[in-house]
Amino acid sequence: MGLLARVGAGDLAALARLATYVENQEPLGLEAIERLYASTGRALTIGLTGPPGAGKSTLIDGLISTWRERGLRVGVIAIDPTSPLSGGATLGDRIRMRERPDDAGVFVRSMASRGRRGGLAPATAAMIHLLDAAGFDRVLVETVGVGQEEVEITRFVHLTVLLQIPGSGDGIQALKAGLLELADIYVVNKSDLPGADLLARELSGIAALSSSLDPKGEDAVPVVRVSAVNGDGIVNLVDAIERIGVRRRDASNLDRIARAELVAVMTESIRTRVEAATNRADIDRLVREVADRRQTPRRAAEEMLAALSR
Amino acid sequence: MSESTQSTERTAPIRVLIAKPGLDGHDRGAKVLVRALRDAGFEVVYTGLFQTPEMIANAALQEDVDVIGLSILSGAHQALFPRIMDELRAKSIKALVVAGGTIPDEDVEPLKALGVAAVFGPGTPFQAVIDFLHENAPFRVDEL
Repeated sequence: MGLLARVGAGDLAALARLATYVENQEPLGLEAIERLYASTGRALTIGLTGPPGAGKSTLIDGLISTWRERGLRVGVIAIDPTSPLSGGATLGDRIRMRERPDDAGVFVRSMASRGRRGGLAPATAAMIHLLDAAGFDRVLVETVGVGQEEVEITRFVHLTVLLQIPGSGDGIQALKAGLLELADIYVVNKSDLPGADLLARELSGIAALSSSLDPKGEDAVPVVRVSAVNGDGIVNLVDAIERIGVRRRDASNLDRIARAELVAVMTESIRTRVEAATNRADIDRLVREVADRRQTPRRAAEEMLAALSR
Repeated sequence: MSESTQSTERTAPIRVLIAKPGLDGHDRGAKVLVRALRDAGFEVVYTGLFQTPEMIANAALQEDVDVIGLSILSGAHQALFPRIMDELRAKSIKALVVAGGTIPDEDVEPLKALGVAAVFGPGTPFQAVIDFLHENAPFRVDEL
């Protein structure tokens, strides 16, 4: 039996194997998505993001348990950074998530960011489709630990949960542009620590202000206090995700996600084609010319792009 | 075979699982190895401490790793390794299995007979491990 048929029969080993081809963007993986895409669109997809050490992986462990109690199958994509120096990566998110060897309703896959910026990996969207097609009801994407500007995740999922922890800044941080504007749920993790009340109040204030300024009159972003380690508040978080998830699967949001992925795939494929169409010697020559100020970066880039139409 | 062609050479980093089986609480060696492999361009999944054979096999299966490295300093390798190899076999996991830690010389051959490809004792240079993995990590072929 081939991998697709085995995945269809619920074989997690085949799913894991196929995930490798998808992650590596090999022909077999690309072809798999071609065949599976029509049967995707069933899962609720959730991004989970926040600074390093905020407790994202630990929280996911609690989310998995809660969803499993409700009879839902959960797929997790956990992304960690690739070393810009060696190309290697340490994938450590699994440490915080219990292994569930007897439960075919849970699949956790670590991915390295492989040079992609914004807290994601190159094949993140395709991996979401794979887990969706494999019948997981909830697909969670844990980003690389991020700062303020890594908003990429919000473009590829139905809704995004932003984790914050006490002691990470005052109210001015929450006035800044970026992730806070785009998240759908704010979570105060480690809410047993000093400063949690203050952080929750500040986030609620931001949420109320944003809502009052929003021309579409969107509801204020909920603030959920949790302690991922002891499980407090996780049920509330799941309830909030489910409530907002229903709204986020309307046509306008589905269009938004499709548009984002279309643009991302197109950008990526232009890049690959330009690289394939330009030979090493040409690139080295252009680099030399730009470094010597004989050509501007823009003109050199135009020349590389022209290789596409040759 | 489907119409799409299977790559015939490795195009992505080798994926390695570093696991600490059993009740052994010492993972400095494992962590240093994780770092060395990362710096050599491997993608390394680390499971953390106190893993049962079932947990190790589950992580290896879901992560689809090419290599499983078992680090053990508790002396319980003769009890744990047969169970781990059984679990891997039961799940048809084809990864290369290697071991490291404090394993007496006389135990090396029995472990190899179980299917452990190499045992790296204390003092093994990282480059020896890295070279061994590059040379022996399996290249797998599948059909859609």
